[in-house]
Amino acid sequence: MSNGNSAKFALRERPAAERFVDEGFRNVAVAMASIVAVVLLGIFLVILSGSLESMGRYGLNFLFISEWNPVTDKYGAFTAIYGTLVSSLAAIIIAIPLGVGTAIFITEDIFPSTARYILGMTVELLAAIPSVVLGLWAIFVMEPFLRPILNELHTKFGWIPFFSTAPIGPGMAPAILILVIMILPIITSISRDSLIQVPQRLREAAYGIGATRWTAILKIILPAAISGIAGGVLLALGRALGETMAVTMIIGNSLNFSWSILAPGNTISAMLANQFGEADGSQVSSLMYAAFVLMIITLGVNIIAQWIVKKLSLKY
Amino acid sequence: MDSKETQFKVLSFIMYKSKNTKSLKNILLYDPTSYSSIINKLLTLIVTIFTATAILPLILVLSYVVIRGSEQLNLNLLTQLPQPPGDDLYSGGIGNAICGTFIVTGIAATIAIPIGIGGGIYLAEYSKQGHFSKFIRFGTNILAGVPSIISGVFVYGTIVSTKIIFGSNFSALAGGIALSILMLPTVIKTTDEGLKLVSDDLRKGSLSVGASRFITITKVTLPAAINPISTGILLSIARAAGETAPLIFTALFSFYWSNSPQSLLEPIASLSVLIYNFALEPYQAQNELAWAASFILVFILLLLNIFARWLGRLSR
Repeated sequence: MSNGNSAKFALRERPAAERFVDEGFRNVAVAMASIVAVVLLGIFLVILSGSLESMGRYGLNFLFISEWNPVTDKYGAFTAIYGTLVSSLAAIIIAIPLGVGTAIFITEDIFPSTARYILGMTVELLAAIPSVVLGLWAIFVMEPFLRPILNELHTKFGWIPFFSTAPIGPGMAPAILILVIMILPIITSISRDSLIQVPQRLREAAYGIGATRWTAILKIILPAAISGIAGGVLLALGRALGETMAVTMIIGNSLNFSWSILAPGNTISAMLANQFGEADGSQVSSLMYAAFVLMIITLGVNIIAQWIVKKLSLKY
Repeated sequence: MDSKETQFKVLSFIMYKSKNTKSLKNILLYDPTSYSSIINKLLTLIVTIFTATAILPLILVLSYVVIRGSEQLNLNLLTQLPQPPGDDLYSGGIGNAICGTFIVTGIAATIAIPIGIGGGIYLAEYSKQGHFSKFIRFGTNILAGVPSIISGVFVYGTIVSTKIIFGSNFSALAGGIALSILMLPTVIKTTDEGLKLVSDDLRKGSLSVGASRFITITKVTLPAAINPISTGILLSIARAAGETAPLIFTALFSFYWSNSPQSLLEPIASLSVLIYNFALEPYQAQNELAWAASFILVFILLLLNIFARWLGRLSR
């Protein structure tokens, strides 16, 4: 500091106040980052501790008993778990070709770029429609429109267990379709982002060696973008598994198990939305147990999604 | 057109140079009846159909909301209280729900934005790829995937059922906290990514002229990244404002105005919960009100989204 001749160029000693502010700011930032961990841990612990009573009483049987009866105080979540998995998986299977197809439409230069830009913006903006509004639309517009079609399905294919009941309004099938509508923008926008990131030279090289447009798309561009697309699909699956409002409004919230997708069904999140407010005693604990199952499922899907994006991504 | 012309020129040049024109014709001329041309056209057609199928329902939802919602647009709708469901045809307005949505979303933003920006600053500016920052990044992604209803269950378990905030159970504050949990990961991620886009030269320049870490971040890097960060924050606010699931058993619903500081500790109305409750009522007057509320909600959310995207494009 005061080395005599070099005093002119000496480093300024940082005042205590400045150091205090600097250190303090860093600590505040660390604390705020830790809040994420605290909240995550808190969610896990609160739901786990809430469900302990029910876990002790039913154990793993909870997952395989389909009877949910607040009157006799017997709870099993099979109907809801089955509904959650079936509705989400069916929705994702329908949504993948539609979503990835739309993403190809938007990114590859098949159509004029203005049309593709407008379409891309539209998809992004439509993703902002809240799920409760989709639910409202499903109740008053989609379901009445769909019922004759589902009825036809029942009369023609009633011998298949999945179509064995006559549609009575709300049910699993309309819930699946509204889930498709809900997750399509997610799959489309993530697939589009990963398709855009495929380097232009890959496309040019493909065309250069004489590939047709679709050979290039199917053999070169899609494989190059597959990690992002797969990650997006899994994120959408996670969203579908946890989606509450639209499904609650249209699935019928039946507590009875049925193989038929035309019959009313239930999902874990729909059950929570319906019963949590008015539940007490061991019903709360059972609902917490169901919430815990939902959390484990979505956690698993999300971890796999992150892992896939990390491991599968090709580096260019 | 252009490429075909060049193709033709190249072709005629080659034909002029070469004697064996017949085989060259077969190689280079585009043949619309060839197998691969037909396959290409077919695939293009399929993608177009997929895109139309994907986008049509979303357009339909939007048009129904606009048509059925705007029918009832008048001053009473925006300023009156909703009438409890019953026999009469007059259903009142949604004034308190509009205010409620702003209040609850405002509470959520007040909590999530400072914490999220702080956490993002830590990840982008301070962390050194250690275990802690990896864990926080992972936790942020996991928290983003937690179903929204789970955050409602968490807040119900920690705040509503324990009456920890001044002995009140269902309250605007509890609803705001539940929404802030959903906003938090998005705010952290956009802050982190926005700050990472800031050139390191700026950071080094600022530090080398003697600015402290605190000044560098608050006066140099954060202002440089303000556009992408505010875009992300606005989008997360828009998403939170449309959420219903975390509110149905934390903020509940109210048929009255929430106009005193005291009412933050009482149940509060919101547009999304109003849509959910009134869509399931058997009375037509209430259903109409749900459509009107959908119109207002979608209108607000689309405005927020368009504004956010406009802000995001400014920075490019």
